[in-house]
Amino acid sequence: MIKFLNVTKEYPKTGAALQDVTFHVPKGEFAFLTGHSGAGKSTALRLIYMAERPSSGEVRVSGFTSSRIGGRDVPRLRRRLGVVFQDFQLLEDRTAEENVAFALEVTGTRRSHIGPRVMRVLTQVGLAGKAHQYPRELSGGEQQRVAIARALVNDPVVLLADEPTGNLDERATRGIFQLLRDINASGTAVLMATHDLDLVKAVPAHLIELQHGAVAYDSAEDADPGAAAP
Amino acid sequence: MRPVLHETLLAFRRAPLLSALSVSTIAFSLFVFGLFGLIAVNIHAAIGAVAERVEVVAYLRRGTPIEAVTVAMSDIQAFPEVQGVEHISESEALTRARRELPEFQDIFQDLEVNPLPASLEVRLKPQFRNAATAAAVADRLKGFQFVEDVRFGNDWVEKLDRLRTIATAAGTAIGAAFALVAIIIIGNTIRMAVLQRSREIAIMRLVGATDGFIRRPFLLEGLTKGVLGGLLALALCYGTYVLVGSVYHASLFFTPAEAAAGVAAGGLLGLLGSLLSVGRHLRSV
Repeated sequence: MIKFLNVTKEYPKTGAALQDVTFHVPKGEFAFLTGHSGAGKSTALRLIYMAERPSSGEVRVSGFTSSRIGGRDVPRLRRRLGVVFQDFQLLEDRTAEENVAFALEVTGTRRSHIGPRVMRVLTQVGLAGKAHQYPRELSGGEQQRVAIARALVNDPVVLLADEPTGNLDERATRGIFQLLRDINASGTAVLMATHDLDLVKAVPAHLIELQHGAVAYDSAEDADPGAAAP
Repeated sequence: MRPVLHETLLAFRRAPLLSALSVSTIAFSLFVFGLFGLIAVNIHAAIGAVAERVEVVAYLRRGTPIEAVTVAMSDIQAFPEVQGVEHISESEALTRARRELPEFQDIFQDLEVNPLPASLEVRLKPQFRNAATAAAVADRLKGFQFVEDVRFGNDWVEKLDRLRTIATAAGTAIGAAFALVAIIIIGNTIRMAVLQRSREIAIMRLVGATDGFIRRPFLLEGLTKGVLGGLLALALCYGTYVLVGSVYHASLFFTPAEAAAGVAAGGLLGLLGSLLSVGRHLRSV
């Protein structure tokens, strides 16, 4: 479902961010992308949602291929992905509900469909009672839940999470991590970039470790790839 | 279309201060340009009114048969520069002199013979009311045998020409400078409005909104701000016009077409500013 084939990404000023990276995240899997900051995790995620194209090699995501995808297809790909970030990326002047609804409004969803779908995902992330609160009225963990709800509302096949717990305390981190595992259990693949090794050790999952832009370890290479899925 | 309108209205409601600020910035930069426009329109009209008095007068030899004059008049009427030609007979000339020069009333009263010659008054088309054309037409009129003398106020027509050249050059230079300033200010105002919402644009891109969908509310917002600013500028210009008009009479305001063009220019600048700013953001996310 997500496939990196000998992907190299070079920037004119800073040089190679990724070097000949190959890995595969199958449908429905929970996978960790680990490595120190600067190892290339965020670049890998940006290549997946095609904010960037590889300098060489190929990225395949849910039927779209980096070398062939046209500008008009990028929005179609992104509607099948959910993305969450360390800094939540919420709109401060909109309530939790409006932040989630925004993702549906701007993709042309009919208005009558928006309300029920927003409430469904807010319930799923445990924030149904805080739908009308603004981000500044919510804790960090709650804000990340809103961001996750927004990522889920288009029913993505994969949820990409870039250090989703990086700004959270331990308790909130456990809560968000459990939420991501629940989302995965309901069939959505999750690719979580993190440098929090405690989380990585907590559960058996597919683990891809990047070092200086190259794959240093891939647990799927050691065993039968299917076995890594929880 | 509804969500686009909705988003546009929301943009005004969410950032009322910034929206009001952009509209008034646009309004004032267009107002300055509009004021200049008003001055230009009035100077142009004043020069035009003076230029209307440019005419070439051919004095006729005494005793010229009226048939010859009539034939010549249709020839003159056919000159490309000529708007109209009028024959003033000797007695009409005297009547007019009595009316227009009351201080010589006594002299005219005691006359036994009318000393005034008949004449042809040739009026030029608006675009030909300058010294060079007047001189050229005068030369041609001298070619008629029955024409004794031709006058066209050479001196003041030349001064009028010079005034017109200066007004046009200064008007173009100052107008272009004001227009450029307005464009830069409006462009930056719109850019700030877009910049303020760059996170919104980034999120829209991320959740899969198409470029067209992202662009539309910004374009409509830019257009709305531009048109509102244009209308406000027009109102300010009108207020100034009324105020000045109460002191100096007979000043001119923009024609409806000019006013509409001004408002449309505001809208267009808002639209273009948004298009450029959003385009740059779309490329960067």
